[in-house]
Amino acid sequence: MTEFFQRADLVGLAAATLLAATPLVLAALGGTLSERSGVVNIALEGIMLTGAFMGYVAALATHNLWFGVGVAVLSGALIAALHGVLAIEFQVDQIVSGTVINILAVGITGVYYRTFIQQQNVAGPGTLPTWKIPFLANLPILGPIFFQNQFVTYAMIVLVVAVHLLLFRSVWGLRTRACGEHPLAAETAGISVRFMRYGNVILSGALGGLGGAYFSLQQVGNFLPNMTGGKGFIALAAMIFGKWTPFGAFLASLLFAASDALGSRLQFYGIKIPYQITSTLPYVLTIIVVAGAVGRAIAPAAVGRPYKKS
Amino acid sequence: MDLVVEWGEVHALLGENGAGKSTLMNVVYGLSHPDSGEIVYDGEPVVIRRPEDAIRRGIGMVHQHFMLIPPLTVAENVVLGHESARLGMMDLGAASRMVRELSQRYGLEVDPEARVLDLSVGLQQRVEILKALYRGARLLILDEPTAVLTPQEIERLFEIVNNLKAEGKAVIFITHKLAEVMRIADQITVMRRGKVVATKAPGETSPPDLARLMVGRPVLLRVEKGPAHPGEVLLEVDGLTVEDDHHHMAVDGVALAVRAGEILGVAGVEGNGQTELVEAIVGLRPARAGRVTIAGRDMTHATTHRRLHDLSHIPADRQQMGVILDMSVADNLVLPTYDRAPFARGLVRVLDAIRSFAARTIKTYDIRVERPEQRTGSLSGGNQQKVVVARELATDPKILIAAQPTRGVDVGSIEFIHRRIVDQRDRGLAVLLVSSELDEVLSLSDRVAVIYRGRIAAVLEGDQIERERIGLLMAGAA
Amino acid sequence: MSRVLGAVRGALRAALVPLLSVVCGFIVAGLAVFLSGASPVDALVALFQGAFLERNSFTETLIATIPYIFLGLAVAIGFKAGLFNIGAEGQFYLGAIAGTYVGYSLHGLPAIVHIPLAIGAGMLGGLGYALIPGILKARFGAHEVITTIMLNHIALAISDFLINRGPMGDPHASAPKTPFIQHSAELPILVPDTRLHLGLVLALLAVPVVWFLIERTTVGFRLRAVGLNQTAARAAGMSVGWTIVLVMAMSGTLAGLAGADEVLGVSHFMPPSFSIGYGFDSIAVALVARSNPWGIVPAAFLFGAMRSGAGFMQLQTQVSADLISVVQATVIIFVAAPVLVRWLFHLREKAPIPAPLAAQEGAVV
Repeated sequence: MTEFFQRADLVGLAAATLLAATPLVLAALGGTLSERSGVVNIALEGIMLTGAFMGYVAALATHNLWFGVGVAVLSGALIAALHGVLAIEFQVDQIVSGTVINILAVGITGVYYRTFIQQQNVAGPGTLPTWKIPFLANLPILGPIFFQNQFVTYAMIVLVVAVHLLLFRSVWGLRTRACGEHPLAAETAGISVRFMRYGNVILSGALGGLGGAYFSLQQVGNFLPNMTGGKGFIALAAMIFGKWTPFGAFLASLLFAASDALGSRLQFYGIKIPYQITSTLPYVLTIIVVAGAVGRAIAPAAVGRPYKKS
Repeated sequence: MDLVVEWGEVHALLGENGAGKSTLMNVVYGLSHPDSGEIVYDGEPVVIRRPEDAIRRGIGMVHQHFMLIPPLTVAENVVLGHESARLGMMDLGAASRMVRELSQRYGLEVDPEARVLDLSVGLQQRVEILKALYRGARLLILDEPTAVLTPQEIERLFEIVNNLKAEGKAVIFITHKLAEVMRIADQITVMRRGKVVATKAPGETSPPDLARLMVGRPVLLRVEKGPAHPGEVLLEVDGLTVEDDHHHMAVDGVALAVRAGEILGVAGVEGNGQTELVEAIVGLRPARAGRVTIAGRDMTHATTHRRLHDLSHIPADRQQMGVILDMSVADNLVLPTYDRAPFARGLVRVLDAIRSFAARTIKTYDIRVERPEQRTGSLSGGNQQKVVVARELATDPKILIAAQPTRGVDVGSIEFIHRRIVDQRDRGLAVLLVSSELDEVLSLSDRVAVIYRGRIAAVLEGDQIERERIGLLMAGAA
Repeated sequence: MSRVLGAVRGALRAALVPLLSVVCGFIVAGLAVFLSGASPVDALVALFQGAFLERNSFTETLIATIPYIFLGLAVAIGFKAGLFNIGAEGQFYLGAIAGTYVGYSLHGLPAIVHIPLAIGAGMLGGLGYALIPGILKARFGAHEVITTIMLNHIALAISDFLINRGPMGDPHASAPKTPFIQHSAELPILVPDTRLHLGLVLALLAVPVVWFLIERTTVGFRLRAVGLNQTAARAAGMSVGWTIVLVMAMSGTLAGLAGADEVLGVSHFMPPSFSIGYGFDSIAVALVARSNPWGIVPAAFLFGAMRSGAGFMQLQTQVSADLISVVQATVIIFVAAPVLVRWLFHLREKAPIPAPLAAQEGAVV
């Protein structure tokens, strides 16, 4: 009897992990594209927050969740474009620029939260529906984990494969990698480094915006200030841990999400550690990963350095 | 600014560092823009704004510092920017095949699937040439192509250049090496300080003539020095083994000894372990095995700080490792000694002492700067290097490690620096000179060691020191 | 006389871009307010009123300035060495925790002993917490942006654990908080009938100390060298690793001092969620001041005034206090991209001012 319950719990844990990994994977995919082209993007946190907010506002206004998702993606792309302009055009230090976006996102969502959300006494738009893939959803173990999810999670799985193909099999990906390793060489080969970097930063924003939609439109059905709670930075750690590859980012995000899901379940397993401490598990894990305790990864060679055309 | 190149001709562009050769070619290739004048190509005036424009017209350029992406394969590097693709997805098989075809046609053997970072420098250069040919280059610009090649690899390159000439292509060969120019060029254009000074065929001129055109006055091709009077051994390395950044063995059991009052030159093509050797001696890179003895003491595991008490180091890369561009000249002059008397009392810096030291040093070394507080980045390359040399010699070291001490430096400063080094040698300094400029090594050294693939191929003295022999040793062929 | 004028003119010229950046920041924020349906003028007036004109407003503004001075200095020291210490927030917390503990748990000590002890504990708390990212960076190359942000979240959790029905929680209180500190640990008030405490003096003293440290000592020279060019610094024999650890330690000490100072001087106890975003604010302060210790004072005052007036503004005009963040972000944009300000105001091209952060090699992010 206890065995059966244990197993059910594990499946539940796995399903919860995949779900919790959704925003991490999406942000990490975005970060991967951006950094592969040579632009450090620590603004993912702010991008996700913006996507969460704008998506919710749009969905609230039109009572259409799908429109909200679209707006989330678009707003993420737009605010990422700002990061791009600062970093690429004005050659602002990319960490400063990313931090600016994060501060800006907190500020703007905070200000407009009062006017657009708190004041409204309208019913919310709900959350994205759960789609059960026919036949596959009934498979034991795999079914509940993979095939009974909402849109953003399905999109995430598809995007992992898509970004992999993009980065390693397509012309866009080859040029992106060239820009991140040796922008001068890419330029002399006739590639516009500026264009590639903008493109990838905007793509990363779109992915981050979708990740933001997870919070407000898939998970909660509402917007709360700062609801991204540091996930954008954990996603960066997942990107590094995953060695700047999409599949790596996916697996790493699963690890972090698992630690999160595990942290909140430890109480049920009878482990008597205060919940505040267990809630720090993903953060501690991130630090360990970033400290290279699990093997130092080598970033794209030219990442973080602004490219100046002479 | 006038230059005329014909099809089926090898045209050499000759000049010193900074004469403007690369800049001119960058304009032709679209990496820079001219302030005035025009480019006439194939009989028509053209405007070239980006490398794309140049490539489209059949102009290809192989840079001095390769424009290759190390983690990507040869095929990926060659097709970059002109990929054959369907719906945005690449066809790497086709790319590979095309690269193989081209390489066989021109005698540029290289494996399309190999990653560029695994290739030797000579092979990397071939990839660069393939890139240009893949894009249909009819005019090929080679910028200092022989700087990183062994004498034997240079021969192969000349063969390839002649192959290209036979096909009716034109080759512009940028260099500062007189001997090569006499051999390979059909026409020679000499540039000096941004202007074309003369255009001659090899038959109409000679190396001394060209040299004079290059610098405008008789050049002292060798520095005057008396014989060395070596004393005790001050620097010794024994069985030194050092890894490079990719965990390959860069230095393989090297043994060297430098005595007081002598200059030991290390000749070798760049990339044969010199950088790692110097870094290991100075303490910037750990040694896997072996021993480093400085002034009689075992310093194999000592920090750089400790080693710098007896040793001084002129780094090969001035702007990265030599000076801090954003700091003042005065601050750079005390960079290794900032925490010692008289420049500091305990934790507090003594600004007066620093200022007066700086003023004196600037005068002695004739460093062209208005005030010692001036930002070092505003100085010319030669003057920046003088700051480094001045600083390193001012500590009155027992040993000097000079790596590429005159790279990118104007002729006047080169003479000055060489002079100082020889003077210090006469006063008992032990000098380890590492340079990829064979002329510099031959001119300054009392003994010459040749490094090849991380090992010392030979140490030559007296009349054993001759160009041919060293060239062969540098290529591992003797 | 002309020397003094020259110096004044030089200072003004250096302050011009930051000053104009602030103006631009307010303009953009005003736009944001306008778009949300409120009146920017009303908001600005309310902000000003709340900061200076209400009863005790001016001293309240000064009180809000104090932590910004300490934290701004902390972040600025980091910048000078090429380090981005976003962890000032977490170090602030740890300093507050340590200072509070010493403040309430030691009985029967005279103020002249208790206060330095408590402050010292705060400094140690911040120092210790900052050593973690410092050592991780020096030894493993772990990028301090990520580690410090993670540590901020962890600090919050630690604080909650300790205070919210935890070992440091007051069992008799209705809302979670620590016990009140002993009277002997409270910082003396400078102006009667206000809350303005000794911390202001300490903060103002810290400024010249930090300036001297950075500009006139060997430690400061090493710090600046490492910040501008790590490779050259290492080649000259400087230990980059130790410098990083030292700089983080100094930075953390100041941040921890800020935290202890807030408890000992203002609240006299510590609730579990203590900071109101001081961490990011202080980055803005340091950037606006261009990491210059003297510039920190006016920058800190500006942000202190904004913080102090924001509550009043929110009450009067329904504009969220988060507007401060918008101002901050825009100000940083303009400060970090001086080209923008120059273009907007048609200023002449001046000598390039080196960016606060040098590109870091070996950075893991």
